[in-house]
Order: sequence, then C-alpha cells, then structure tokens
Amino acid sequence: MELLLQQILAGLATGAIYACMALAVVMIYQAIDHLNFAQGEMAMFSTFIAWQAMAWGFPYWLAFLFSVSVSFVGGVLIERVLFRPIHNAPVLSSLVAFIALFSIFNSGAGYLWDYTIKTFPSPFGHKPLLGNGLMDTHEAGMIGVTAVLLGLLYLFFRGSRLGLAMRAAAANPESARLVGIRVGWMTALGWGMAAAIGAVAGMLIAPVVFLEPNMMLGVLLYGFAGAVLGGLTSPGGAVLGGFAVGVIENLVPLVPYIGPAFGRELKLTFALVLIVVVLMFRPSGLFGRSVVSRV
Amino acid sequence: MMLEVDGLDAYYGEYQALDKISFDLDAGQIRTLLGANGAGKTTVLRAITGMVRTAGEIRFDGKRISGRATEDIVRLGIAHVPEGRGTFPRVTVEENLQLGAMTRRDRAAIAADIDRVYAHFPRLKERRTQQAGTLSGGEQQMLAVGRALMLAPRLMLLDEPSFGLAPLIVAELFAILRRLNEETGVAMLIVEQNAALALELAEHAYLLETGRIVMDGPAADIGADESIRRAYLGY
Repeated sequence: MELLLQQILAGLATGAIYACMALAVVMIYQAIDHLNFAQGEMAMFSTFIAWQAMAWGFPYWLAFLFSVSVSFVGGVLIERVLFRPIHNAPVLSSLVAFIALFSIFNSGAGYLWDYTIKTFPSPFGHKPLLGNGLMDTHEAGMIGVTAVLLGLLYLFFRGSRLGLAMRAAAANPESARLVGIRVGWMTALGWGMAAAIGAVAGMLIAPVVFLEPNMMLGVLLYGFAGAVLGGLTSPGGAVLGGFAVGVIENLVPLVPYIGPAFGRELKLTFALVLIVVVLMFRPSGLFGRSVVSRV
Repeated sequence: MMLEVDGLDAYYGEYQALDKISFDLDAGQIRTLLGANGAGKTTVLRAITGMVRTAGEIRFDGKRISGRATEDIVRLGIAHVPEGRGTFPRVTVEENLQLGAMTRRDRAAIAADIDRVYAHFPRLKERRTQQAGTLSGGEQQMLAVGRALMLAPRLMLLDEPSFGLAPLIVAELFAILRRLNEETGVAMLIVEQNAALALELAEHAYLLETGRIVMDGPAADIGADESIRRAYLGY
C-alpha cells in the first residue's frame, strides 16, 4: 500500500512536468494548428541558460527568473522571425521549420555546453518530505511550482482582458481581427508563454534526469502523450492528461503479472499503448472537442 | 464624406469579384447594397475591412484605408458584422461584449455600454453567463450587433442581418437598427437578400450585378419601380 502511494506521488511529480510540456504544446497548437516538435529542445536550452547563469554566480531563483524571461523573449522572437513569415505556407514547410528549430537548439546546446552530463541543483533539496519515505522535497517542489504556475495561468486566461483576447484570437482569428485584436501578436505572446512554461518544466526535471542536450526527448514524448490523451483542443485536458501519463507510467511496473514481465524498460510502451486504446474510442482525446468545419 | 469607395476591384486569387465599384456614405446615413447571390455584396464589405485583396481606393474620413490590416481599420471605428456573425461561440455572452470593446481603455464607459446593449436586447442580459454558441439564431444575431456596438463605431457594416431568422425577429432587429441610427447617429451599410426590408430602412440603395454597380438611387424610388424590382430584386 505504501509502495502504491509512493509510486502515485512520484507519478504526480513527473506528471507535473509532462503537464507543463503538454500545456506548452497545446498553447501553440491552438494558435497555429501545428505541434511544436522543438518544444522539448527549447526547454532544454532554457535549462542550460539557467545553468550558465548559475555558473556566472547567479543565485538559484535569480537564474530561474533570468531563464524564464530570456525564454519568453526568445519564444516571441521565434514566432516573429521564423513562423510569422510562413504562417500561410503548406504544412510541410512548418514541419521543416520545426525540425530545423529542433536541431538548432540541440546542436547549439551541444556546441556551447558540450554533451557531457551535468548536475542541476534543486532549490528544494532531496530530503524526505515530512520525515517519511513517501516523497522527497524536490518531488513536492515540482508539484508545488507547477500548481502555482497553472493557477496563475488560469487566472490570466479567465480573468484578464489580455487572456480573453488571446483565447479569442486562437479560437476565432477572423472574428478577433474584427474586434481589433492584433492576432499576430497574440500568437507571438502564446509562443513566449509556451517557451517560458517549458523553461520552468526543464529546470524542474533537470535535477532528476540530469542536464544534457537530449534530456527532454523522453519528457516531450510523454508531454505529447498527455496532450493527446487529454485533447489537443483543451488546455485543462492536456494538463490532466500529463498528470495521468505520469501516474500511469509509475504504476505499470506494479501491475500483477504484466508489470514484472514488462519491467521498467517497457513502461513507456505500455503508457503509449494505453493512449492508443483511449484514442480508438475518443479520437479527439478525453476532454477535446471534435472540430467540425462548415463546407 | 465619411466613407468613399473609388474604383474598387477585389480578387479571390485570380478571380475578380468586384469591378470598378464607386460609392460613398456620409455620417449618420443608412445605405444598402442589393443584388443576387454572387453579385459581390459581401465582398464589398470584406474589402472595406481589408479582408480581401483589392485595387482602387477606399477612404475613411478622407484617409486611405485600403491596403491596411483589418485590426487597424476596425480601430478607426468601423464595426463589421460578417456572415456567420463574427461572434465567439466558446465564450460567454458577456465576454463577447467585452471582446467587442477590446480596442477601448475606458472601463467605466465600457461597463455603461454593456448595460446599454442589454437595454436594447434584454434577452442577452438573461443569458449573459451562457456560452454564445448555445443561443438561438435570433439571439446570436442580436449578440453580433451588440458586439459591434461595443466598439462605439461610427460606421456599421451589416452582412445579411436577417439571414436565417424568423420574420418576427427580423422586424424586431430592424426596428432596433433604426433606433440605434437615430439615437447614436451611427452610419450603416447593409447588405441584404431581403430587399423590401432593406429598402424600408435605408435612404439610398445600390444595385450590384456580377461585381458592378448597375444602378443606384433613393431607396423609395428603387422600391417603387416595378421593373427594377422584377429584374433585380425578385419580388
């Protein structure tokens, strides 16, 4: 029983990171109808920026803020410089742009900081939380920071004029233009926010997976899985999907008969198979809406 | 002149939808564009708010607006209620009205204008917290007009406001449009299939046929001319 609880809590902690990545992917998907394959590499690069800042002597939280701000500006610039000019181009052009972005960040990080694995500090430490073995302080910190971030985003999108304008621009760009909303800038803002969310996720997961240019590959896959499971058209669903994938991933090895047989090696496979099964019955995800277009 | 359209061409890709259209509209006036399906009425409205590729010139308050971005044209005080209504189905009625005022900063005046829209359309007030997509067709059209009013516009472009509505609702809607024009002095350019209705509201009418203006005159004269009615308006 304690093992079960422990695995669920650990799943929620990594699930928080998947939830952040899923949300970042969905925010960009809502605005431009494409999956950002480079989201993980952007987050990895942001984490390296924080690492570099700390190497320069910044204290942790200052480095954290520095990385989030640089990532936000970087995200806005990527949209303005790279994706704005091709927003009417065929799907394959966007795909190529995403692949280019992926390899620019991946090899850029390798060039600047090399491919050796680096440790990344946790501001929460790795002590047992509350003195028992259920959860350590960093896992609790991952959940706590994510909860604060999601809460702030919720307030922003539900309660502010700018948040309302961003939602409107993503859902009905033509109507949004007719009320004077600068849809292009809303898209750029969405990119900036997605990049900043990714930066937070990268910095929280780095103490667990260690910092190196390929650290986000698996994380982004789980993030995609969470987004698809919850629904690419539903930010809240994507967040829940991310948490669900984290928990499922951790519970698979505990399933009698199946768990020991597949072991830890195939838990990713098992999680993805489960998602495929869900999609067979709910193609637009658990909370997504099927898009009907008028012809 | 508030709005001057001068030798306007419009294109969808290679296809030319408008051919040298010229007309104008002064502050406080209501004018209507009539014609069969495919004559180019909707395209004229889309050209004014920069939603199609055009040649020729469109001026608002003497300043050229053709070639500018839709959101910049709208900010000058031109509210376009398009076909399909241009509302936001996934957010609430009240949020739709707030979105309509997105170009404005004056919070108190925005709140007062929301109340004013509710006074014109009491049904919207009853449904203020409902998602716009759940409204009936008539309520959605009223929301579309309300949304446009929130811009505090000087010119409203209305595309087929009667489309798909029951006759009683249409009569109510057109009465409100007339009252808005009298009370606020907002000018209106109305595209309508229902010519009889539009001719009653407007003071001047333009007849479009295959992208050209083939005739124009005071609405009363055009409505009274039986041969025009039979040839162009189908009633």
